[in-house]
Amino acid sequence: MSSTVAPKTANPSVAAPPPRAPRVELRSLDTLWFQVAGTVCNLACRHCFISCSPTNHTHEFMPLAEVERYLAEGAQLGVKEYYFTGGEPFLNPEMERILEATLKVGPAHVLTNGLLLDDERCRRLKLLAEGSPYSLDLRVSLDGLTAEANDPIRGAGSFDRVMAAVRKLAEVGINPVLTVTEVLAENGSAEGKESFLDLLRTLGVDKPRLKVLPIFQIGAEAERGGAYQSWQRLAEGDVMEQGWDHLQCSSCRMVTGQGVWVCPILVNEPQGRMGETLADTLNSYPLDHPACWTCHVHGVSCRT
Amino acid sequence: MGNRPPQDEAERQRLAEERARLAAHRGKATWGEKLVPLGEFRAAVERSGRVLAGEERAAEVASYTAPRGDKVAVEGPYSKVIVFGGVYNNHRALAALLDEAERRGAEAIYCLGDLGGFGPSPNEVRPLLEAGAVRTIQGNYEESLAGGAEDCNCGYADPRDNHFAKLSYGYTAEQTAADFKRWMGQLPCRRRIRVGNKEVLLVHGSPRRINEFLFASTSPDPFLEVLLEQEDCDLLLCTHTGLHWRRTLPSARQVANVGVIGRPANDGTTQVWFAVLEAQTSGEVAIELVPLVYDHLELAAEMRREGLPAEFVETILTGWWTTCLEVLPPRERALSKY
Repeated sequence: MSSTVAPKTANPSVAAPPPRAPRVELRSLDTLWFQVAGTVCNLACRHCFISCSPTNHTHEFMPLAEVERYLAEGAQLGVKEYYFTGGEPFLNPEMERILEATLKVGPAHVLTNGLLLDDERCRRLKLLAEGSPYSLDLRVSLDGLTAEANDPIRGAGSFDRVMAAVRKLAEVGINPVLTVTEVLAENGSAEGKESFLDLLRTLGVDKPRLKVLPIFQIGAEAERGGAYQSWQRLAEGDVMEQGWDHLQCSSCRMVTGQGVWVCPILVNEPQGRMGETLADTLNSYPLDHPACWTCHVHGVSCRT
Repeated sequence: MGNRPPQDEAERQRLAEERARLAAHRGKATWGEKLVPLGEFRAAVERSGRVLAGEERAAEVASYTAPRGDKVAVEGPYSKVIVFGGVYNNHRALAALLDEAERRGAEAIYCLGDLGGFGPSPNEVRPLLEAGAVRTIQGNYEESLAGGAEDCNCGYADPRDNHFAKLSYGYTAEQTAADFKRWMGQLPCRRRIRVGNKEVLLVHGSPRRINEFLFASTSPDPFLEVLLEQEDCDLLLCTHTGLHWRRTLPSARQVANVGVIGRPANDGTTQVWFAVLEAQTSGEVAIELVPLVYDHLELAAEMRREGLPAEFVETILTGWWTTCLEVLPPRERALSKY
């Protein structure tokens, strides 16, 4: 074994999946994700579930031509919407051309940290949105209501830069969805949600929108907040009663430069890779990762 | 930077840790909770999943997109039908619609569900449906009311939207007669009709889910093509979103969201919308989306008498939605006042 760094929060359960994990069928391929910037990011957030950073090349940028191949296959399978994430998507030098190609075949969502949204890019994104019959939606991440709360998690100076980015988006008429995680417990409370919506209003967003996500105790977050416990796993029968619809893996797949994964969360797990093309991955998947427990228990969907 | 005070030991250590953290992935990959050499991760990725041969892939795609064999009997054939959805207790608009159907000489009238919610006096709706011999399918409202569910299952996440959805559902659930609820419970979830030489599938949200939203800006052509292929129909008609639109797909198949007659289309006018399907001499079907004017002032007065929220009354009077806005995609939301 050539493993080099001993994990601080070693958890044997991660290495030993339970023998009878429930399997989720792909009900329909509605949402296609792209790890378009790989795991490369201009931030290194302490709660990042896939430990993105400037030096993390676990997954690399996806070139336009590669994205187009999957867009064509997605259209053939009737994909309803496309999501782009990373890393930071706008680090990918072809990102705007990728959006242009995508908006010809369906609605597009971009999950960004907002750091690269300057005036020019905001204007170009507005033009892209206006040029398509389909919606373009931007999600901008923030994890605290003040720099003091946000920056220790997302990085020094990030709060002010996100405030500036949201202002610019509002100025050009793009209404972003602010995405916060429950890394700070108060973020997800009713009061917290109202405060984030108020913050958006002060930035000039007159129809504020918010998405709150739970944290996944993997990647950098396992270091920061602790890893999953052995009991946080799904077993046969857990999911069947509710059906599959609340689990995003029943209707999504994630494409990276290394193939097609089951969902956006498990891209740092080689066993999350289901195949090379979308057609390889229309089969079922076992919910044998502790992160699957979070999706099930919290009813998480990474979708907006 | 020359004026910067010298770093103390704690800060120096913090910066060193931060630098180490930023550089941690040089040549490494995260695998679960471990850092491993990139090559090791990529080799494991190569071994994972299944890679099908060309013909196996084609078979997978063909089986995924193949018609799913709907056994629902086909009603008709018709040359002219009226299709509407989303009554939302608006019995005044429903009465106006029945008059319009008679005036236009429709052979049949179909309702795509969501009889309750939002408006006043739910029990006024049933006698009108019966008088007009309206053939109704179940919406999420009927499913919830008949099943005694605690909410309308509209699928809202925003606390404000849910607050108003609960008020609306609570009122309807309390007021609706028990035998009306039972009647809702036996409604079919889909119908098929023949108009001209085309087969039309009627659903509430989408063919897949009773509460799936089919908005214009988030229902791309390739998606609709596959949906209609799987359902083996020429036309698809739905409601549920409250916003009407129609489209002819590259294959010449057609899709329309017929909108709702229960509340305005969030466009600043008080009219509501329904659809007329008419067979052409060629056998093709023309879909017309039609605005309907009704006595909205009288409806607003009745809503006030019933103690319904002022926000709902405002929508009836102004044509702008005041609640349930979070589900609108960016393009539709941009056209919205709130």
